[in-house]
Amino acid sequence: MDLDSGTSSTVGARVQAIPGRPAQHGETCKQCHSSGFAALYQFKQQNLPACKPVLTPATVIATFLLMGFIFIPLGLITLRASNSVVEIVDRYDIECIPEELRSNKLLYITDDSISKNCSRFLKVPKSMRAPIYIYYQLDNYYQNHRRYVKSRNDKQLLHGLGDNSTSSCIPLESSGDLPIVPCGLIAWSVFNDTFKFSSGSSELKVNRKNIAWKSDRNHKFGKDVYPFNFQNGPLIGGGKLDPNTPLSDQEDLIVWMRTAALPSFRKLYGRIEEDLDADDVIVVQLMNNYNAYSFGGKKKLVLSTSSWLGGKNDFFGVASLFIGTFCMLISIVFLLLHVKNPRPYGDAMYTSWNKKSSSS
Amino acid sequence: MVDGQFQGKKWKDVKVGEIVKIAANETIPCDIVLLSTSDPTGVAYVQTTNLDGESNLKTRYAKQETQAKVPEKERFIGLIKCEKPNRNIYGFQGNMEVDGKRLSLGSSNIVLRGCELKNTNWAVGVAVYCGHETKAMLNNSGAPSKRSQLETHMNLEIIMLSVFLVALCSVTSVCAAIWLKSHKNELDLMPYYRKLDFSEGEMESYQYYGWGLEILFTFLKSVIVFQVMIPISLYISMELVRVGQAYFMIRDSRMYDAATNSRFQCRALNINEDLGQIKYVFSDKTGTLTENKMEFQCASIWGVDYSSTEASLEHGHQAECSAQVDGKVLKPKMKVKVNQKLLQLSKNSFRNVEGKQIYDFFLALAACNTIVPLVVDTSDPTVKLIDYQGESPDEQALAYAAAAYGFMLIERTSGHIVIDIHGKRQRFNVLGLHEFDSDRKRMSVILGYTDNSVKLFVKGADTSMLSVIDKSLNAEILRATETHLHSYSSLGLRTLVIGMWDLSVSEFDQWHFAFEAASTALLGRAALLRKVASNVENNLCILGATAIEDKLQKGVPESIESLRTAGIKVWVLTGDKQETAISIGYSSKLLTNSMTQIIINSNNRESCRRHLQNALVKSRQPLAASAVPNNFEGFSDAIGTPIALIIDGTSLVYILDSELEEELFELASRCSVVLCCRVAPLQKAGIVALVKKRTADMTLAIGDGANDVSMIQMADVGVGISGQEGRQAVMASDFAMGQFRFLVPLLFIHGHWNYQRLGYMIIYNFYRNAIIVLVLFWYVLFTAYTVTTAINEWSSMLYSIIYTAFPTIVVGILDKDLSKRILLKYPQLYGAGQRREAYNKKLFWVTMADTFWQSIVVFFVPLFAYWGSTVDISSIGDLWTLSVVILVNLHLAMDIIRWNWVIHAVIWGSIVATVICVMIIDAIPTFSGYWAIFNTAATGLFWLCLLGILIAALLPRFAVKYIYQYYYPSDIQISREAEKFANQRVIGGNRQIEMYPIPDGPPR
Repeated sequence: MDLDSGTSSTVGARVQAIPGRPAQHGETCKQCHSSGFAALYQFKQQNLPACKPVLTPATVIATFLLMGFIFIPLGLITLRASNSVVEIVDRYDIECIPEELRSNKLLYITDDSISKNCSRFLKVPKSMRAPIYIYYQLDNYYQNHRRYVKSRNDKQLLHGLGDNSTSSCIPLESSGDLPIVPCGLIAWSVFNDTFKFSSGSSELKVNRKNIAWKSDRNHKFGKDVYPFNFQNGPLIGGGKLDPNTPLSDQEDLIVWMRTAALPSFRKLYGRIEEDLDADDVIVVQLMNNYNAYSFGGKKKLVLSTSSWLGGKNDFFGVASLFIGTFCMLISIVFLLLHVKNPRPYGDAMYTSWNKKSSSS
Repeated sequence: MVDGQFQGKKWKDVKVGEIVKIAANETIPCDIVLLSTSDPTGVAYVQTTNLDGESNLKTRYAKQETQAKVPEKERFIGLIKCEKPNRNIYGFQGNMEVDGKRLSLGSSNIVLRGCELKNTNWAVGVAVYCGHETKAMLNNSGAPSKRSQLETHMNLEIIMLSVFLVALCSVTSVCAAIWLKSHKNELDLMPYYRKLDFSEGEMESYQYYGWGLEILFTFLKSVIVFQVMIPISLYISMELVRVGQAYFMIRDSRMYDAATNSRFQCRALNINEDLGQIKYVFSDKTGTLTENKMEFQCASIWGVDYSSTEASLEHGHQAECSAQVDGKVLKPKMKVKVNQKLLQLSKNSFRNVEGKQIYDFFLALAACNTIVPLVVDTSDPTVKLIDYQGESPDEQALAYAAAAYGFMLIERTSGHIVIDIHGKRQRFNVLGLHEFDSDRKRMSVILGYTDNSVKLFVKGADTSMLSVIDKSLNAEILRATETHLHSYSSLGLRTLVIGMWDLSVSEFDQWHFAFEAASTALLGRAALLRKVASNVENNLCILGATAIEDKLQKGVPESIESLRTAGIKVWVLTGDKQETAISIGYSSKLLTNSMTQIIINSNNRESCRRHLQNALVKSRQPLAASAVPNNFEGFSDAIGTPIALIIDGTSLVYILDSELEEELFELASRCSVVLCCRVAPLQKAGIVALVKKRTADMTLAIGDGANDVSMIQMADVGVGISGQEGRQAVMASDFAMGQFRFLVPLLFIHGHWNYQRLGYMIIYNFYRNAIIVLVLFWYVLFTAYTVTTAINEWSSMLYSIIYTAFPTIVVGILDKDLSKRILLKYPQLYGAGQRREAYNKKLFWVTMADTFWQSIVVFFVPLFAYWGSTVDISSIGDLWTLSVVILVNLHLAMDIIRWNWVIHAVIWGSIVATVICVMIIDAIPTFSGYWAIFNTAATGLFWLCLLGILIAALLPRFAVKYIYQYYYPSDIQISREAEKFANQRVIGGNRQIEMYPIPDGPPR
């Protein structure tokens, strides 16, 4: 990294040295003694001081080595973090349907008279340290479907009925004369399976507070907006909301309204704030209310601890290791190439015109 | 004028036939025929700057017959017949009938709209053409619009991108169709389609239009989302970049002409980058290669050669060549070098035959022209300068020379001239004047002496003069003069031959009759006058010859040499004769002694064909012998014997527009130099067209005169030189400058930079827009093909405005691949543009492949890293936005060659600006992505993803770039290294080296 041409100390000399430069020319010379004008002149002549990095073998090989040295340890650290996470995944949407109804899942889920109670037994593979996060996972749900994503009204969520333009919420924009609060398909289809956990004889305490972002609770969902006419329509999509709780406290709704980015997603249900030991068996009492059958969705319950990196995901670690080794390899290859076949730097012999004349 | 009174009128109300009175310094409202002026002789001076840019005063005459009449006092009726309105501003034919007499009207009797009346108190005239029929308006057609080659190629690529866009949209809609089909049974119940109300069985269709229409809508939606693929903003940024480049070109002190105080002018804004790809330069000679400042150098009088000596000017001869008029001293404005011996001889004239001849010679120089002497005041009230205003610089030079030898032209009217001959004022009647025309190539004047003898003086080009000179008279003198002429022209001087003849009374009467008849003829007057002139210009007695030096402009030989080193072919197209052209060719280093000259100089088609074929055979031989591939003519020619082709206008008449064109082109493309002499303006354009039609190479035409306009407009790039021959060339040009040598910095520095910058910028813009579209597209594959965008609308809108636009524009204006010094030192570097290294198909596809890879990394790293997590659309969308913007800016940063503070500011600034914008967007509670960036940025995974994306995306590019630069270095790359290497040495060691004078343009 070196400086190009004129630093301010050399400007004067350089200006003198250019022959044929208009000497009487007002803006250039008389004033170029003051540094401001000199700088302006250099700017106009495109002679600003600049540094011009050139890729040299040394810098390139060093860069690749450095990348290798950064990414291989990074990969190892992230893999370790990912491995330290203990995760229990249990798919329950099929198992919770009584055997006789499995051929007609829709009938099972739409018929209110059939009991939706279901019990699952989960074995803890390794000891899990609190907090243990409880997620429900929906596969093949497409919460990012365009028509679904758009079907909400953020102003209404904050201001309640103060905002009446609910056209984006069609088909669930109004009930009677008043707009539905909260309107739209997303709210309408809020997830409503419930889970209760017990280990042995004692019930595991599930903390269902603070599962949504604080920012959402405080600023995005109104503290005086109540879902007074929610799910009153002929068609019930998902869960109902307590009309006496303001939206800012309806954390399940808030979590649900953060539409997931991918077709399969997890959403936080709560936290178990006790450690679980290996080989403990957890009994889950769940209400299988939510209709994911109509479109072939899968429902899973996930219990997971957490690392600094988040949940269990080996991808980043593997990818880092891959990048790191690749960089190392490349740096070695470049080093060998350079040793075996060096090219002198800036040697005019290699220019096309010199090659031409020397070859003939 | 209405009812004998002059009234003020608006321009638009002036009608044909009205009598118009114009006061001094007013602009003429329409084309008028002069009736009378304040000057008793009927002269009016006009300035035609608005029309042709020439600032010298031109004289226009009212007819003597109408001059006497005063329209306010007496009524008179006349009838004017004239041509239909046409564009020719230098010609007018008509006649006027007043009091039963027929008067001929010519271009000297008409004043055109747009001129200004000067030095004349008032002028009265009849409007003949008004409004849109005026010659000024008819000439008002705009220059043909030109489009840069880069842009033309770019449009092809854009078509490719459009195809790509359609493909993306089609894939989306086809996938959407398949998805709909396969989920056909579930659609009824899906929350987002919900055709069917399953609880009560009633049919309710929620915006489901049937799957045919759904596909159409998906297609349209994806067109809207992906339309960024077509870089509309590129056109705007290109314009901005070109404006910036133009600013720097205009400001460049290397292209500032101190002599005329004129900067470089950018008259066209859309072909800056073509300057970097020029392969052929077509140059005019006079005024372009040469200064068009004529200097009288040598005279051959009566067979004796008198050459100017250098020293004489210092002895202050200007004092001697002055004249006393009414107690005031008149001096010619320009000083001329004089030959002492000749000066002495001319002073002691009249005594012998030799003196008589010298007397006649200088009288011819002073009289035989169309110069108007203007008296200019100086600070000293007793001294006045005479400024010779004339349309031809040769005549001016001759008139000044005559003045220097004591024959000072003081006054000229249409009827007589006054010449001060060594202090004695003499008046001659001008009985007739045959103006110069390009067919006769000579002019003549018939002077009536005070003693009633009549003499004819003729001046003209040597070929045309020698044919009309009576060879039986003074054969020896003729031979001596011819030898002198030959030696003059081989020195690169312009020669003119002077002849005279005493007209006898009968000859004069005969001529006078014919002249009167011809000059009042309405139809074909020019031809008739020409015939009259040729009849009288015959059997002349030779007086001598003059030689005028047409000085080469500063730095021309060096410029031509560097142009040729750069592989640019320089063709000189000139109206001069062959010998002069060749001599200028030698003095400007266009021709060298090592070249084989092929001269094609024939008078009919058959001999042309023969010549061409012989020449072709000849040109093939050395090439075949040297066995150098012909793809790099500039250098292969330098190795084999270079060939120079010299061809004249007459041959071109037969070659152009016939099947011989092809052969000429083949021959010309093998020659390193082509010199065309004696070419007409339209032929110049024809030659340019010949090359332009047959190659994809860029052509540049440079010229300064009205005769170069057609060539300038025809070539891909037209450069005008604001010289002496008026401003028409500048008006027609795309770029205008003061000197020919500025072509070197223009092409090698600015052309090179502009091309490199714009080429890179276009590719980069394609990449920049394609990558975001691809990221959007990948996401579509995971949203059931419903064109949901994770990147929020505001961000995708601001992407090409705030997030990424400024760096490309600033880099497009400021980045320099090489310093000026290196570019001028190695003109070969210019070849990069000719070989289209900065923008070509290969580069486009490589970049697109890179784009593909980068978009995959950007999209899939977060996708897999967040797979099966609680991440929401806005968070991952913000991650994608930030990583794309940072990646795109880093990509640019990687290719920037010179980092000055502006570029630093704009690159890092736009990244910061993006972060700020994303934060602002996420700080609005009523957006669904509220606070997403702050929540995700608090997690480690976000930062790891960002780091991983940037590194993984840029790795392949970095590696390939390095390998390419190191093992397949381009000339530019090597020079860049050399430049850096040299500077390092300087910094490490001796600082003085840095101070050595940087050559400004080619060394002079």
